[in-house]
Amino acid sequence: MTQDQLIIAGKAYSSRLLVGTGKYKDFAQTQAAIETSGAEIITIAIRRSNIGQNPNEPNLLDILPPSKYTLLPNTAGCYSADDAVRTLRLARELLDGHSLVKLEVLGDPQSLYPNVVETLAAAKTLVKDGFQVMVYTSDDPIMAKQLEDIGCVAIMPLASLIGSGMGILNPWNLQLVMERVQMPVIVDAGVGTASDAAIAMELGCHGVLMNTAIAAAQNPVLMASAMKKGVEAGRDAYLAGRMPKKLYSATPSSPTSGMIAPKSA
Amino acid sequence: MLPYPPHPLKVISISINGASTTFDKPLSVAELIEHMQLGNKRIALECNGEIVPRGQFAQHMLADGDRLEVVVAVGGG
Repeated sequence: MTQDQLIIAGKAYSSRLLVGTGKYKDFAQTQAAIETSGAEIITIAIRRSNIGQNPNEPNLLDILPPSKYTLLPNTAGCYSADDAVRTLRLARELLDGHSLVKLEVLGDPQSLYPNVVETLAAAKTLVKDGFQVMVYTSDDPIMAKQLEDIGCVAIMPLASLIGSGMGILNPWNLQLVMERVQMPVIVDAGVGTASDAAIAMELGCHGVLMNTAIAAAQNPVLMASAMKKGVEAGRDAYLAGRMPKKLYSATPSSPTSGMIAPKSA
Repeated sequence: MLPYPPHPLKVISISINGASTTFDKPLSVAELIEHMQLGNKRIALECNGEIVPRGQFAQHMLADGDRLEVVVAVGGG
């Protein structure tokens, strides 16, 4: 049996769960949660170095080495194409030429909704510059197709607002996106608990990316385990092919013949 | 003519992550990193909006008014 793998930019991954590394209590918790999630692709952010502070302060890359994980630098917090492109060029330099990136260009700090005009402009520049772009965007099938046409390697529509935990609010649009594009569709943002991840996978999405749903759980390491199982269960259910829904008509599971005789009157 | 004598040292001012810092002599990016005790850290650096590759830290001389961004990887989603 051939293994069911997620292929992004020609590289195969066994895990369909991608996780972020933000909002954890400390590095030990970050490491434990990510290890438990089984994720192979993990997102990181690029920020100014704390100048003048403890020079021996541990670095995120010490606990999550690029030799073990595929690091996916993001452009979280960028509100213009220009800032996003600069951030990812810095990331590429930081990670010795690593070109797989997560592009997100946000519209406003209240909704963190993607600014698709700036996102498209940044994606064009990055693809031309040799980056492999996984792109966070709205669940708009037309935009998804345009991002595919200019050369992005994965489309990552939101299921609901970043960090909201509201779950899969518009499964119809996610399906429209999947029908429209050939590249992997990875739900990014909005997942709150394991059933949300399973629903995304049952719809046929190729993967799920999450951060807050794990990091903000009461027990992040246990939630990382739940998410791993949720993604796997949802994927298996998708591949197995669910039974059709039969509205207003029950079908017994047990044989209808061979019943013992009713007590005669 | 200036009402005061010129400063005896040539001072250069560089903005590093938004904070202005002065140096009494020209210096290279490598010397700056040494000075800031960032030598053992994994960083990337941009000067006036352009990447300075790690391999050019020793040759790249900083000029008065340069704006540097020095970044690291942090947790994020």
